[in-house]
Amino acid sequence: MKLQDKLIHSFEKFAQNKQESETEHLSKLRAKAMATFTAQGFPTTKDEEWKYTSLNKNNKRDYALESDFSLDLTPEDVEGFLCTGLDSYKLIFVDGVFNPSLSSTALQDTFSVTSLKEAFQGNTEVFNQHYGSLADAKLSMVALNTAFAEEGAFVHVKAGAVVDKLVQILYINSDSTKAVMSQVRNLFVVEDRAEVQILERHQSLSDDYVFTNVVTESSVGNEANFKHFKIQNDLDTTTLVDGTFVKQGAKSSALVDTYSFSGELTRNNLHFEFAGEHAEAHMDAITLLKGATLVDHHTFVDHAVPNCQSNQLYKGIYDEKSKGVFNGKVMVRKDAQKTNAFQQNNNLLLTDFASIDTKPQLEIFADDVACSHGCTIGQLDDEALFYMQSRGIPMKEAKAFLMFAFAGGTLKNITIPQLKEQLINLVAYELKVDLELNEATH
Amino acid sequence: MLKIQDLKVEIEGKEIIKGLNLEINKGEVHAIMGPNGAGKSTLSAVIAGREEYEVTGGTIEFDGKDIMDLAPEERAHAGVFLSFQYPVEIPGVSVTNFIKTALNESRKARGLDPMPAKDLLKLMRAKQQLLEMDKQFMSRSINEGFSGGEKKRNEIFQMAMLDPKLAILDETDSGLDIDALRIVANGVNKLKNQDNAVMVITHYQRLLDHIIPDFVHVLYDGKIVKSGDKTLALELEKRGYDWIKQEIEA
Repeated sequence: MKLQDKLIHSFEKFAQNKQESETEHLSKLRAKAMATFTAQGFPTTKDEEWKYTSLNKNNKRDYALESDFSLDLTPEDVEGFLCTGLDSYKLIFVDGVFNPSLSSTALQDTFSVTSLKEAFQGNTEVFNQHYGSLADAKLSMVALNTAFAEEGAFVHVKAGAVVDKLVQILYINSDSTKAVMSQVRNLFVVEDRAEVQILERHQSLSDDYVFTNVVTESSVGNEANFKHFKIQNDLDTTTLVDGTFVKQGAKSSALVDTYSFSGELTRNNLHFEFAGEHAEAHMDAITLLKGATLVDHHTFVDHAVPNCQSNQLYKGIYDEKSKGVFNGKVMVRKDAQKTNAFQQNNNLLLTDFASIDTKPQLEIFADDVACSHGCTIGQLDDEALFYMQSRGIPMKEAKAFLMFAFAGGTLKNITIPQLKEQLINLVAYELKVDLELNEATH
Repeated sequence: MLKIQDLKVEIEGKEIIKGLNLEINKGEVHAIMGPNGAGKSTLSAVIAGREEYEVTGGTIEFDGKDIMDLAPEERAHAGVFLSFQYPVEIPGVSVTNFIKTALNESRKARGLDPMPAKDLLKLMRAKQQLLEMDKQFMSRSINEGFSGGEKKRNEIFQMAMLDPKLAILDETDSGLDIDALRIVANGVNKLKNQDNAVMVITHYQRLLDHIIPDFVHVLYDGKIVKSGDKTLALELEKRGYDWIKQEIEA
């Protein structure tokens, strides 16, 4: 049986179980989402939005829909996947189950960092108001997630509150007994003038295939400040489909940075919507791939109101047979005057077998706007390599210098030194060099 | 120190160097002069190990060892330094980080530990002063937005840091005003000693007023066709190259 059919067949029993503990509202949401997924199925390459990325292989694999085996993990086992050297709140999920002993939650008057499961059952006002309100329910992968999601991270920051530590979210798959597909869900509600920074990572410890379909809804209030960092560095047996939906209030600032180093297939659907004026959105990304990996970035920025600005800086370096996709859509609606939209996608192809499909898509219906986009595809500069070699710098290190310099600018919005250092170390590790790499200033 | 015998070099099927002989001993300064297209820059690139050039004949020995099969960085570690005519801009790599890496890679190749940060800083400061360079210079991206003079000073600064046995200066005087020329030449002269050697490639006499050569060679059509002492450079400056062409053809 194809995975798609297996999902559809299993829903009835799943929904029946859930009905007992969940509200009618939620049950209806699940049923409606399942109807959408049943009608559409997995996206195929015939779908313009999925032209370069096929889930066909995944559909044919025999993924279990839940895990019944988990490793008993210690803090030391997971430390390597976390940003260390700083105090943080931690939400750690092992095989789809929240692990309280590895985690460090917050339940304060002004903010909470908890598992979403409690919210599903606790049925709070803030959950009901936001859950399912931001993600595009028409998208089949979102629908699939909404139908089955029952666990994930829930961060709620009340008006004016500042979360004093980084929030780290780690999803671990440790079930080596079989291939597993999971649906996880994040809900971040950052009220007016509130602030929070979040780091999210998915990590497999299994020898078998893992397929994660994650949906994140982020509601960012007026004058709020929100940063969401993603590190995608999973095994080459993992598929990650990520749908992230951010809605911003007036004068808010929101950022979603995506740093991708590995994974068999990674698809990022990143949607920003401006609901209030004078807000700014930032999206920075490094994609540094080798082997036969694929990372597909689809961004959509909806300038629905005037006076907002969006910045997208996507840099990709593709080695061996790796493949990249960048599709950046910017919509400037009729009334969205004084919009400032910037988009840049630069790529380096290191071999003849690596490839990148890049497509800027600007739809502008207002007349007083500043929109720019640019994409480049290039190779490492031989002249620069020879220059460095002639000074005694070996080829590998010379290449690393050039690649790191190429990725410059993508770490500029990281203000947590430990996180910046972790990312620089990840890049240095991927480039296999022991160099002191300094962030480019340009 | 450097011994080139019957060197023949092609690029994309076109022969540029056509049987060149040159010997440079330690303590010597050699000037290579010649008209455009004679093969001067090709010669310097081939000694430094640029791969685009195909060596079709002859040998290059450095310190008694054949270096033809060595990668450019291995030649650098052995003590060859090439100052580029057009130094390459590398955005995002600071001068400090670049030179630190270059120096420590050379030390590693010689089985030495990396230079302690304090010593490195001291050495950099001394060489900066020698070339009358600004301190801010060190944190800028290498050659990015540098003026012509700054680029060449940066080349000689790197040479000073790496302390090569053989320094090849490829048209180091091009793009320099009088003051920058003096600073660069002064730097080279201060670094010159009885154990190293300098090969100066230039079109003009003016650099040779500052860096006095022991030997002057005329490179023409891929061969050294005439050699002499410093007076040959003065004669070339006065008479141009035509008389040499006539001498050869006669």
